[in-house]
Amino acid sequence: MKNNHRFRRVATAALAASLLVGGLAACSGSGTTASAGAEGASAADIAKALDTETTLTVWGWAPQLEPIVEAFEAKYPKVHVNLENVGTGNAHYTKLQNAVKAGSGAPDVAQIEYNALPQFALSDSLVNLKDFGAEELKDNYTASTWGSVNLNGGVYALPQDSGPMAMFYRADVFEKHGISIPTTWDEYVEAGKKLHAADPKAYITSDTGDAGFTTSMIWQAGGKPYTLDGSTKVAVDLQDEGARKWTGTWNQLLKNDLLSPVTSWSDEWYKGLSDGSIATLIIGAWMPANLESGAASASGQWRVAPMPTYEKGAAATAENGGGGDAVMKQSKNKAAAYGFLQFANGPEGSKIHAANGGFPSTTADLQSEAFLNAESAYFGGQKINEVLVQASKDVVPGWSYLPFQTYANSIYSDTVGQAYGSKGDLNDGLKAWQDATAKYGQQQGFTVTTK
Amino acid sequence: MGVMAVYALLPLFWLLVNSTKTQTSLFSSFGLWFSGDFALWDNIVGTLTYNDGEFLRWLANTVLYVVVGAGGATFLATLAGYGLAKFDFPGKRGVFAVVLGAVAIPGTALAVPTFLMFSQMGLTNTPWSVIIPSLISPFGLYLVWIYALESVPTEVLEAARMDGAGEFRTFFTISLRMLAPGFITVLLFTVVATWNNYFLPLIMLSQSTWYPLTVGLNSWNAQATTAGGEAIYNLVITGSFLTIVPIVGAFLFLQRFWQSGLSAGSVK
Repeated sequence: MKNNHRFRRVATAALAASLLVGGLAACSGSGTTASAGAEGASAADIAKALDTETTLTVWGWAPQLEPIVEAFEAKYPKVHVNLENVGTGNAHYTKLQNAVKAGSGAPDVAQIEYNALPQFALSDSLVNLKDFGAEELKDNYTASTWGSVNLNGGVYALPQDSGPMAMFYRADVFEKHGISIPTTWDEYVEAGKKLHAADPKAYITSDTGDAGFTTSMIWQAGGKPYTLDGSTKVAVDLQDEGARKWTGTWNQLLKNDLLSPVTSWSDEWYKGLSDGSIATLIIGAWMPANLESGAASASGQWRVAPMPTYEKGAAATAENGGGGDAVMKQSKNKAAAYGFLQFANGPEGSKIHAANGGFPSTTADLQSEAFLNAESAYFGGQKINEVLVQASKDVVPGWSYLPFQTYANSIYSDTVGQAYGSKGDLNDGLKAWQDATAKYGQQQGFTVTTK
Repeated sequence: MGVMAVYALLPLFWLLVNSTKTQTSLFSSFGLWFSGDFALWDNIVGTLTYNDGEFLRWLANTVLYVVVGAGGATFLATLAGYGLAKFDFPGKRGVFAVVLGAVAIPGTALAVPTFLMFSQMGLTNTPWSVIIPSLISPFGLYLVWIYALESVPTEVLEAARMDGAGEFRTFFTISLRMLAPGFITVLLFTVVATWNNYFLPLIMLSQSTWYPLTVGLNSWNAQATTAGGEAIYNLVITGSFLTIVPIVGAFLFLQRFWQSGLSAGSVK
């Protein structure tokens, strides 16, 4: 793991460097690349491509992709799809970067999360789907996910899943200690104190520092730490009002030892989710499937409530995770690849995706009665989607990620992570993260301003 | 000694114990003792059949990489080490310096350049991309070299030449037997290194059908860290357990030859 980490850093740095230098030159400010017109295809061309003997390679780790690919192959028998899971998250991006840099070996279609999309889009490794008429699909997706795939006037992926945040909590734990369910962050901190006093083994939540969580929390608080102007000008401000709101709350939890010192996604974490020593999770709407497989023994104990807010009654959430599928520039078969996207991320694919435990980004699925009224046995019969769909409507608009977010996230543990480790002030951690991020951006040829 | 034994064996014991648990009891029981239903057979069946028997495919790949890669590496290292020890030729000192330098470079540092080079040649995502780099074992070469200097008397080679045997015949019929302990030692090292090779196949391969066990098991493990992924900790643990069984067996089997080499030549 350690090796991998170090390699990742070096590789991301080295590869991103060469990518961006090459990419920036090719990216014009108008958002359409010089060669883009030649890459597009009409609906008739796409239909023809799907009716021709061909093989597509798709890289992705979402478990829902398997049934989607099966259904796609059944509908278009002439197209064969190689679905490859080459790793999760960063491992996958490193491989993708390597292939882009090497100039060969990239798949036709790749799963890319919203926070990594700018990096690949602005370095000119993805096809601008506008040339295939993706613009018309705008109304099929939620505003926040459509906003995430629109960069610099281009559309670089079609959304698949989304992760509007909510509060998952252990009803049994709150009941046992007679603590009411928090709706504001102040109440949340109070609940954390009460819970830990009542049972020293129990914590309101676990957090050892996670870049994705931090950015989502700042997003919910109304922060806009990353602003992009064209494709080369970036402003980083991790001390704006939103960021300070979040640290104001989280510092209290951190300094009073109210956070369980367990790393997210570790086996200890699943153990804590199973035995109730982690009482709440503030996380994306895709979590139920993970709870069901990773904390099966806690069936019937979990519930979902809206994410706590800073002002009582003013609903606000953020996206946490989620992503879409993009067509790689290297693809020799872009029309068929886009045809696959139309299926996988369109009405047919999103139904399969939702039926297999994914949380959709398509408005039709989010509004369907069947989806809203589904009662989850794991959640004690609660209609969880009502809460989660409402959350998708309450996402604070206007957020954007950096065009080198995966690198920024990789240095998070050296900066903000330090503050977590020493139980220090998160603001100092954020400042260090901001400076390190800005410095890297400058080295990559971006014009970076910081506050 | 006792402390060392505990330190070395405790993880193995943990692995054995937890291979017998279901996923639910993994999280709810004490790690170092058996608990709940005895699920070892179910876990083994689950491991071998999960995702259309992926595990068996990875096992076969690993065996292929070990037989061809480690076998080839040992053979090449033995030939070269012997040659350098027993023959004089111009530039020998230079070769010596290069080999010593190569011992000092960690494989990890070469991984990215190797990847880019192979990708130029169109070899990435093929079994060759794992096998070819593992054929090179500077450390093994160095070991055989030193060993050959000590254990193959030059007088024997001269006698063989007088009798009219060619160099290759001498090597295969006489020297190789004398080199056996050194050869086995190198084989042991390369087998273990190839069996546990993780990083190189991780970046070279993007098709799970060519994964070795290390990369494959890691991809199973990563499922638990993915939104919407299926956590299969019990299969990862059982799979890891099954993965180390052959290597422990190989070690115990090869050790006899190895030990005989340690004391060889101590009495003259």
